[in-house]
Amino acid sequence: MTVLKPLAALLLVAGLAACSTDVDENSTGVDPNASGYGAGQLDPSSVEYFNQSIGDRVFFATDSSLLDAAAQATLRAQADWLRQNPARTASIEGHADERGTREYNLALGARRAAAARSFLIGEGIDASRLRMVTYGKERPDALCSNESCWSQNRRSVTVIAGGPIS
Amino acid sequence: MAVSFAALVAAGAALAPAPGAAQEPLRIEITEGVIEPMPIAIPAFAADGGSSTYAQEIRQVVVDDLAGSGLFRVIDQSAYLAGAGSVDARPDFENWRVINAEALGVSEAALTEDGRLQVRFQLWDVFGAKPLGDGLGLRAAPGDARRIGHKIADAIHLALTGEPGYFDSRVAFVAESGPKNARQKRIAVMDQDGANLRYITDGGALVLSPQFSPAGDSLVYISWGTGAPKVVYQDLRGGGSEVLGSFPSMSFSPKFSPDGGSVLMSLTDGANTDIYSMSLSSRQISRLTSGPAIETSPDYSPDGSQIVFESDAGGNPQLYVMSASGGAPRRISFGEGAYGTPVWSPRGDLIAFTKQLGGRFHVGVMRTDGSNERLLTASFLDEGPTWSPNGRVLMFFRESPGANGAPQIWRVDANGRNLRRAPTPGAASDPSWSPLLP
Repeated sequence: MTVLKPLAALLLVAGLAACSTDVDENSTGVDPNASGYGAGQLDPSSVEYFNQSIGDRVFFATDSSLLDAAAQATLRAQADWLRQNPARTASIEGHADERGTREYNLALGARRAAAARSFLIGEGIDASRLRMVTYGKERPDALCSNESCWSQNRRSVTVIAGGPIS
Repeated sequence: MAVSFAALVAAGAALAPAPGAAQEPLRIEITEGVIEPMPIAIPAFAADGGSSTYAQEIRQVVVDDLAGSGLFRVIDQSAYLAGAGSVDARPDFENWRVINAEALGVSEAALTEDGRLQVRFQLWDVFGAKPLGDGLGLRAAPGDARRIGHKIADAIHLALTGEPGYFDSRVAFVAESGPKNARQKRIAVMDQDGANLRYITDGGALVLSPQFSPAGDSLVYISWGTGAPKVVYQDLRGGGSEVLGSFPSMSFSPKFSPDGGSVLMSLTDGANTDIYSMSLSSRQISRLTSGPAIETSPDYSPDGSQIVFESDAGGNPQLYVMSASGGAPRRISFGEGAYGTPVWSPRGDLIAFTKQLGGRFHVGVMRTDGSNERLLTASFLDEGPTWSPNGRVLMFFRESPGANGAPQIWRVDANGRNLRRAPTPGAASDPSWSPLLP
């Protein structure tokens, strides 16, 4: 895996360079933007890239499972990534803030995970690639007890699994 | 006529407060008003050499149970003018009247030849100068000494309130440890006073919502052991555990039926959560609610004919009652705020619930038609009441705010008095009170 991936990336860059009509003769031959292998760059097919560059989570208003414009934009980008990485599967985790009972928040977390999952399916991702789990309020991400943290905990997180056999 | 007769008796008693003249039975009425705890004397047990250490432990269990109930004040032993004497002997009541003990509990303990602990107990009405109840004879392995104490305390509760106690019972709960964003949770069971703690799960999987079966010999709870929350059945008599149902839905919010033959639970289908009943013998499920709203936290009435649950069909979570076979629900909560986790009193008279209102959480009670709502507690987070087997006390959990916030189990009488923390070794939540043990 760690050997094959850079090789594949280099081949891809070489191919691009060969097709280019405007090749810089002084180039090292490795374009960090194209390869994702320059300093601080991530392989676009990696889980790290998905989590950090696309964004693995969307946020909800109190007691709501409606996807606002920002959430829909993130989920569209997630769907694009999932289309480009067809071997990947995902678990959609629904969460709630601590301002509700455990049992209601389990149902609310399921509702949020289902909203994100339905959106991804609507964007063309096969339902069989998308599992769903609720954690209710049991797995907060931000730990303070005010709205600045609660707004981060009312979330659905797309956790990527699977991938090419390594 | 009856009224004037009662008045005459009262007047006579006032004129001649002679020992034995009072005609009213010695009785604590458990009401909503503030009551003065009844002073009671529990002298050291008469005990043979082999049983004396156990006898001291049993006496302390009795004293702690009675004092913890808020209904009794156990007079300190240093005030006693005499020892107890034999269970079979008539006490010298004057020794106990002088210190204002209204009731006197006399016990004796012995170790039998086969190594078992034998305890005999008799309760006396000090000012009435007569025995209360027929007395108790208990025999148990020394390892069950504390249960003997709880049985004695339950007998005292019954004799002096006319209602069964709740002392010989257990509590299942979630024992919590670790940081708030990665908290380890384990199902645990302890005696209602915190003794004899044992862990049922090992902390490898997230677990919540333990519920005792009506016989007290099994639990249901939910576990993420398969990756998503599923209702699990757990035998407490040495048997194993198993996930209930093979359907793909997540399942949670389990509750036994009063006959123990079935389990209510919430199942999710996409965004929708509804209430189902599963027969434990056939594993057949039947759907009890429908519609796109969240329906969860069901609980049966004690006679099994009705189910109270929470639903956000009306916009925010409220309480509803329906037939145990499903059908049109009737909303019973109409106050401000959100209501959840309704639990039906074993006495059948009240429904306890969690209420979220204005940034605070409360445990409250209402009549089963929703009338006479009373909030018993208030804090940043009070949640998840469970009834004592006699329907007089509630346990719930209270979580403190902030990054270091953690839950503890508390208890409060159903009339709002006697709020106190239940002893657990660490953070604890989701209490479920067992029935009285046999």
